[in-house]
Amino acid sequence: MTIEAWYIIITGALIAASTAILGSFLVLRKMAMLGDAISHAVLPGIVVAFLLSGERDSTLLLIGAAFSGLLASLLIELLHRKARLQEDASIGVSFTWLFAMGVLLISAYTGQVDLDQECVLYGEIAYVPLDLMAFGNTYLPRPLLVAALLFLIVLLYLLFSFKGLKLMSFNPDFAQSLGIRTQVWHFTFMAMVSLTTVLAFEIVGAILIVALLVVPAATAFLWTRALIPMIVLAVFIGVLSSFGGYGLASVLKGSIAGAMVSVAGLLFFSSLLIKLLTPKKN
Amino acid sequence: MKNKDINKVPSLEVHNLAASYNRMPVLWDIDFQIPQGVLTGIVGPNGSGKTTLLRNIMGLMKADSGYVKIFGEDLNKVRERVSYVPQRESVDWTFPASVREVVEMGRYRNANLMRRLSKTDKEKVNIALEKVGMLEYANRQISQLSGGQQQRVFLARSLAQDADLYLMDEPFVGVDAATEEAILEVLSELRNEGKTVVIVHHDLQTAYQYFNWIILLNTRLVAAGPKEEVFLQENLREAYGGRLTILSKLSNLIAKSEFPVREKGFKETEGSGDGQS
Amino acid sequence: MASLSNYISILDPSLLVVMAGTVLLSISASLVGTFAFLQKRSLVGDAVAHAILPGIALAFILKGEKDPLILLFGALISGWIAIALMDFISTKTKLSSDTAIATILSVFFGFGILLLTYIQGQANGNQAGLDQFLFGKAAAMRQSDLWVYGGLALVLILAVFLFFKEFSLLSFNPDFAQSLGLPVKTLRFILNTLMVLAIAVGIQAVGVVLMAALLITPSAAARSWTDSLKPMMLIAAMMAALSSFAGSYLSFIAPSMPTGPWIVMSLSLMALASLFFAPKRGMLARLLQQKKHQRKIRNENILKAIYHFSERSDQQKDWLRIEDIQGIRAFKNDSLKEGLKQLNRKGLLLLKSHQLQLSKRGEQEAMRIVRLHRLWEMYLTQRLRLKSDHIHPNAETMEHIISPEIEAQLLRELDYPDLDPHQSPIPYENDN
Repeated sequence: MTIEAWYIIITGALIAASTAILGSFLVLRKMAMLGDAISHAVLPGIVVAFLLSGERDSTLLLIGAAFSGLLASLLIELLHRKARLQEDASIGVSFTWLFAMGVLLISAYTGQVDLDQECVLYGEIAYVPLDLMAFGNTYLPRPLLVAALLFLIVLLYLLFSFKGLKLMSFNPDFAQSLGIRTQVWHFTFMAMVSLTTVLAFEIVGAILIVALLVVPAATAFLWTRALIPMIVLAVFIGVLSSFGGYGLASVLKGSIAGAMVSVAGLLFFSSLLIKLLTPKKN
Repeated sequence: MKNKDINKVPSLEVHNLAASYNRMPVLWDIDFQIPQGVLTGIVGPNGSGKTTLLRNIMGLMKADSGYVKIFGEDLNKVRERVSYVPQRESVDWTFPASVREVVEMGRYRNANLMRRLSKTDKEKVNIALEKVGMLEYANRQISQLSGGQQQRVFLARSLAQDADLYLMDEPFVGVDAATEEAILEVLSELRNEGKTVVIVHHDLQTAYQYFNWIILLNTRLVAAGPKEEVFLQENLREAYGGRLTILSKLSNLIAKSEFPVREKGFKETEGSGDGQS
Repeated sequence: MASLSNYISILDPSLLVVMAGTVLLSISASLVGTFAFLQKRSLVGDAVAHAILPGIALAFILKGEKDPLILLFGALISGWIAIALMDFISTKTKLSSDTAIATILSVFFGFGILLLTYIQGQANGNQAGLDQFLFGKAAAMRQSDLWVYGGLALVLILAVFLFFKEFSLLSFNPDFAQSLGLPVKTLRFILNTLMVLAIAVGIQAVGVVLMAALLITPSAAARSWTDSLKPMMLIAAMMAALSSFAGSYLSFIAPSMPTGPWIVMSLSLMALASLFFAPKRGMLARLLQQKKHQRKIRNENILKAIYHFSERSDQQKDWLRIEDIQGIRAFKNDSLKEGLKQLNRKGLLLLKSHQLQLSKRGEQEAMRIVRLHRLWEMYLTQRLRLKSDHIHPNAETMEHIISPEIEAQLLRELDYPDLDPHQSPIPYENDN
């Protein structure tokens, strides 16, 4: 394989690993569709961030864009609690509106935003090797570094929050009864999901992030009964999807992100099938 | 109650507590005290607000009016002395965790949430597991447990908290005879140590036998006190004889209207208060 | 409006086709979507919309050209498989329905993207124009498309009318429907098929990503206007039609802007406006209602305070000063003045240069409130056996809420008591 191929695969693997970690808790907390909503809803924030900064690697503005994901969860909350709209519809109405707004912003400022509708959907992981950054004499792809940084942040977050996340996911009422500020924990978690979505956006596209959040975690959940093995397996499946996806995409000459998701889906459905066919032992 | 307990502060004081669920009033001015060292059952028919009462005591819901004092203090000041056991069905037991991990949650505090558990914490977890007879299952995954074993895990988590007041929501539901026995044994042990236990319980038949203090509830407080004083025909008939029509009608009216469940911030000047109106 | 009629008059037939097409498509989606909304399956609709993509792509690969009927068939099949899989996963595995929906949605969509990009890499890829399924390309709709999609939309609308009773029963109370002997499974199958079809047709207008909005948002908006199903569906359909119209118009005056997102944008704004500003059920209306209740409570409290003053003071004064009321109950000054004015306007209170007096009707009203308060205290002590020093706060609220019907029942149950638990007399109208 060429060094370019490795750049792409490793970037994909780092993104998939980060999302697999956060996704495990999304799946366990039964909030996968909220993750879906957030990944759509960050679009207008990203477009505005680009418009304001005029470039795509203004990290500060992208973190600002991550707040649009948090705003989306607040909007959903507002519609559900204050306007008394049922929860599924609150999610559906909010994210389609914000996403439509993002698409309209993109088409209104086509000249000024280096984004197109395809990029929104399935990212530009294929161009990772072209976007190089100098480190003295060595050049490394910027997205690879972003992905590595993201993975580091998520890993640190997991390390420090593991017990809290476990408790919050298993029994939030009990957590609250211990005097733990569950709202703060929830908010931080959602902020991490938003941040991941925004940073991974240009690489795999807004919508396929959902797949990387949910599918490896769901597959791992089918196989495991303990939290740490589940997260490790989810990360492994995410990394595997990155390798397999690159291979599949080069065979079909199709979208790498789409192929990554297809491989993850394949792993999910074969796990499902194996689990169904093997009799349960008690 | 014996005389020595009279001087102690009550373990739990619920003062004029009113609460609603989705704007529908569920608890009407509940007012009672529980002395220290008793085994209490909160008993009443389905939908009588037992769980709501417990959740209000634990601050998991916001009351419309009234307050709760635990050992004479606000909950936040005495949190470490209180243990709450939610209904077994309220969590998803397919969650990937071991028995030990769940029981360890009883030692979680704001202060140690980002750190490892201490040696004493781990010892307390082991003792709690031993007490409910689950030590040999400590490494088993919770998805593989029977209903009774799940309840024991919750009980062990509660014991690991090392509290003085235990609040448990329906611990006897769906458990086998052996577990029932084990729970009762733990409860009487707690009582012997002078701890207070409050249990939401729906079964009238066993309530008399399990508890020595009874709170009889049917959205309103019917009676509270030593079981001999509470378990009277008329009280039971009142608690289980259906709702009061006027109360239900008014509840529906409040739920449908945009009226405040309780008037906010009303205050009367001295002399006109205290129900003189 | 001049420019709008201009726009219509100068329309060439192909643009009329686009408008007719989008309006029909969105109406059919909003009608079918209402049932998905009522069954709380909105997000299933979202997943199906995404899941249609690989079906369309595969149909194209197999057929080699863009035949609308074949593509629809592919969409129908993959939409159906998605529904079946979601049901299967959420019932047969430990994964929650929410995870099942997100998994199917994203995997099908990702696979669809892979196939689409594969097609684009092929020789005939560019003429396929399949990417229009992603965001919709209403503007590209031709007359032949209108016949197929518009015709199907009409069929869907007709089917909803035909099965209206069955579907509404199925959505509100499936158990009851079953007990009536309705073929619930078949009906559910038909409803699901209609949903997949409506989505497959609707993505022509807005594309798969935003299709969920066409299904859910009209009913979410309509829900804040009405409680009953038929008007709700009518309003939903009207909003869908209106937003399609607006969307086509907006993308006509700004051709670089896509139609689909404009439709969704106008639909969402209508929905948000409905949720916030609709009479009765809207957020604002409820806030105003709450404000109104607060005013009522305050005014009633003023009446009561005046009543208490005359009840308590030894020397009977005809005219009270504002300070006298403040002496009974601490009102905020501004609030008290506002309340006095309102009571005066209603003819319950007479005002004379900083002095005041209850009118006959005002006295009766004050008596009614005091009576309700004391009756309710009576009820609380007798039926709820509350201690007499605990009942006041409760009665302080309930006196404003108790309806005449409940009052009558209270009087009957308590047998017209003379004194409340604090030994204060309960005033009746024929007393004095």
